[in-house]
Amino acid sequence: MKRVTDGKDVHSLAEPREQLWQALGECDETRAVAIVRRALDTAGHRQEAERRQTATERNRAAVEPTQAPEHMRAPKHMRAPEHVRAPEHVQVPAHMRATPADSSAAARMRAAGERVLLELIAPAQERMGRAWAANDMTVAQEHAATAISERCVAAVADATAPAVTGTCVGRVLVSCVDGEWHSLPARLVSEVLRLRGWRVDYLGAQVPTEHLVAHARRTRAQAVLLSSSIPTLLPGAHNAISSCQGAGLPVLAGGAAFGPQGRYARLMRAEWAKDAPDAAALLGRLTPSGTHATRLPDLDLPHLGDQEYTMVRRTKLQLVKQTLADVEERSPETREYSQYQMERTVEDIDFIVSYLATALYVDDPDLFTRFITWTADILAARGVPPRCLLPALDSLLNQLKDFPRTVGILTAAHTLLTPPPAP
Amino acid sequence: MVSLPERLPKHSPEQTEQTSTRGAGPAARRREPYPAVTADASGIVLSHNAQAAVLLPRVAAGVVLGEIAPAWLTEAHMRLGGGAGEELSARADGAPDPSAWAEGRIDAYWVKALAAPGVDGAVTWWLVVESTPGSTPASVPASTTASTPVSAAGELAHERARAGLLQELSSDLLTSLDVDRCTAMTARRAARDLADAAVVVGTGDGRTFPVTRCTADGPVVQERVALDPGQLPGLAEALQGLPAVSSRWIDPREVPSWAVPEGFTGGVADIGSVAVVPLPGHGVPTGCLILLRRRRQTEFTPAEESFAQLFAARAGAALSVARSHTRQAHSTDVLIRDLLPPSLGRVHGICFSGGYRASVADELVGGDFYDLYPADTPEAETVAVLGDVCGKGLEAAVVAGRVRHALQALIPFAADHTRLLTLLNGALLSSYRTPFVTLVLVTAVRQDAGVRLRISSAGHPAPLIVRVTGQVEEAPTDGTLIGVFADIAFRTAEVALQPGETCLLYSDGITEARGGPLNDVMFSEDRLRAVLAQCAGMPPEAITERVQMVIAQWVGEGPHDDMAVLAIGAPRDTCPTTVNEPPRER
Repeated sequence: MKRVTDGKDVHSLAEPREQLWQALGECDETRAVAIVRRALDTAGHRQEAERRQTATERNRAAVEPTQAPEHMRAPKHMRAPEHVRAPEHVQVPAHMRATPADSSAAARMRAAGERVLLELIAPAQERMGRAWAANDMTVAQEHAATAISERCVAAVADATAPAVTGTCVGRVLVSCVDGEWHSLPARLVSEVLRLRGWRVDYLGAQVPTEHLVAHARRTRAQAVLLSSSIPTLLPGAHNAISSCQGAGLPVLAGGAAFGPQGRYARLMRAEWAKDAPDAAALLGRLTPSGTHATRLPDLDLPHLGDQEYTMVRRTKLQLVKQTLADVEERSPETREYSQYQMERTVEDIDFIVSYLATALYVDDPDLFTRFITWTADILAARGVPPRCLLPALDSLLNQLKDFPRTVGILTAAHTLLTPPPAP
Repeated sequence: MVSLPERLPKHSPEQTEQTSTRGAGPAARRREPYPAVTADASGIVLSHNAQAAVLLPRVAAGVVLGEIAPAWLTEAHMRLGGGAGEELSARADGAPDPSAWAEGRIDAYWVKALAAPGVDGAVTWWLVVESTPGSTPASVPASTTASTPVSAAGELAHERARAGLLQELSSDLLTSLDVDRCTAMTARRAARDLADAAVVVGTGDGRTFPVTRCTADGPVVQERVALDPGQLPGLAEALQGLPAVSSRWIDPREVPSWAVPEGFTGGVADIGSVAVVPLPGHGVPTGCLILLRRRRQTEFTPAEESFAQLFAARAGAALSVARSHTRQAHSTDVLIRDLLPPSLGRVHGICFSGGYRASVADELVGGDFYDLYPADTPEAETVAVLGDVCGKGLEAAVVAGRVRHALQALIPFAADHTRLLTLLNGALLSSYRTPFVTLVLVTAVRQDAGVRLRISSAGHPAPLIVRVTGQVEEAPTDGTLIGVFADIAFRTAEVALQPGETCLLYSDGITEARGGPLNDVMFSEDRLRAVLAQCAGMPPEAITERVQMVIAQWVGEGPHDDMAVLAIGAPRDTCPTTVNEPPRER
């Protein structure tokens, strides 16, 4: 992980990071929580030392350009929680800095909590995504590790709770997009905001948009933070964004689903935060948005007028079935597949069509090619040659030949897989 | 330029229709400000008013427009009737005008003709005399009600601005169902667009009233004020739903200090005029809008007051909807609180984790339920239950709530499962509306490093045990469903969980879920077992999350039944803890 900060800092959490990774791998909750508690203590002391650092050093670190690693990892089972990526430098916001009234111990505790969340727990979660992609970890292990990470976050929340006192800066709602299962990034953002003095209503995963809007209204949230890591949920996310905005609530989107540099969030007229500190900073500057009635998606996305997305979306089932039939015909070995293998194949085709539809929705062929590249890597890690995706793409190209945008997207992906890998 | 009356005629089809049925000269039309002629698509005059007869002496219903009107008007009519209305509105300088019009001479007058399209291609032409021979201002004989010297275009722009205001107010208010927010928006808009400052007084409890006040750009302040509505003329009337008191009757010096917004420099002394406008509600008044203007501004005219009433009508409607929504949302919250699945956590060293998804997308509750009754001491058995009452949605949830209450009362009998279930059966059989229910009853207690379970199924799918080895076993239990038969029997299973092992209770909504990539395939117990086999050694939260996620992906956006899972696990901690962790916030 590339970070621009002084070596001493990195060192201080490098060891617990490795220990936590092991504990997660061994499914040892007790040890994981103990590591986090210990790191919290250490970081608290470290923070005190850091506080005495000269301002010049601080500033130098702060002005270094942020190099957000450009990798899109937002697949079916796993994600890189990009929006909780460790910040370049955790800074306690001005309003939370130790003042005579606010005991400096409490401020230190909050800063330490934020560091542990973002530089210890979040990186472990990210590493899990990579481990899964590289076939070093099963989905079930990932679930188990995530459950333990949740406990670790809870431990940080418990330990820092006494330090979070005084008037709250405001009230916000944090939630995942409907259909999103990966709630840890949203949880981390919630805790970071809490440490920074926000009152946070955290709704977690799998929240129907209707509940989201109703809850935000009831709690009079000043803003809604939406997290999503799965690009195929973008149409739903768009609905959630425009519904919230229609209710007069500004929306801050985060997570890999919203694309490189949050380009899809902007397309949907939401603010985008690259990580938790960024979200906190944006919230601080947020002005109550002018209200506008709920928009239909085609107002933001005029290209939907060509009906290609609608078409693919509506005929998805037929497309999947036909593609499956074509693949079976072209690759006779599939007939030998076990039921389990068969189901995985159907699932893969289903993903391909879903991503195709999403790429049409946001009118970005890159979304599809990124997915295909990623899938090819995943398959390669599991000893499956990526070219096995070609029959499916061919079949879809044939079925959808009358749709120019679709053909463009499929062709781009096809070209990507066809040439022999450069030496 | 002639002096024109206050109101520009409205271009509404209804009016055109009315014209044609009544013909020229009915009482209602005599007051119309301008000469008007209505002709159909082919150019036959359908009707006209009295003033038109003055301007066009030969006009009559049934004659051809071309015979009685000048050529420019006839041409304009034929162009418009031919569906080319847009061309008409294009001026010489290319600037499009939103309404179709034409102009030319009729005898000695320079006349502007404004078209109001009617039904079936009929058009009503309003003839506005712009100037008379010799260019001296004069008026057409019939239009004598003129008072304000504004042009028709100016009046039109004014009217549009007002319509725009109402439109903006409505869309603002629509976005919020929150009473305070709606009130603040109303005050802010009123202060900006109708006056220099505005105050909204809500209906109080008779002694204190919610007061919201602001200037056009100052802060919106909302507080409860103890006040006497009699202090300000018109306020008491407005709060009682009585007709508004005209601004002319209100002395600005009588404005009480609580009604002067923060940032209103000069205070009461600088108030030049006051309007008190009731905010009508559904059935009962929702409050009152007080508009304040400074001395240097003009006083409220009757027209402005009546516009303020239109404004208040919209705000009042929105406020009363918001109020009733808030009240209902609160009742729902209170009523549903007991029906929601409980928060689970670790109890006496045993891990509990649950997951719930209602069949109806926008409901939080349904006919499936689970509950936990923690024991008083670590040595006693903690009781957990997962069940399914027939039916869906809120009705089923209410029945499930009753079953949960009955169970709670019967927990002291949990040592004997058959006894407890028989009592529950009796209670349900004797109740007025007999629901039937299937459930799994589990009593759990810590035993050394593991957990000992006793499990009884009453007509419910038997729980699955996930062993550390990855083996998935069905708990050997079965029994009769509850609430139907008088004679019931159960087989209770005894199961020991080693650290890291979990017992999963689930409702048939899980195994019977239809979906998958090829749609309409049942999830089935086999798939559930396959999923669980991969979950060996996982903490219960991770297992419930995993099962819920797989199921959610399986059903996709398709319909599904209520789905509930409850996992009971023996933690892998090396030292058994007796400390109860607070359940995680859901």
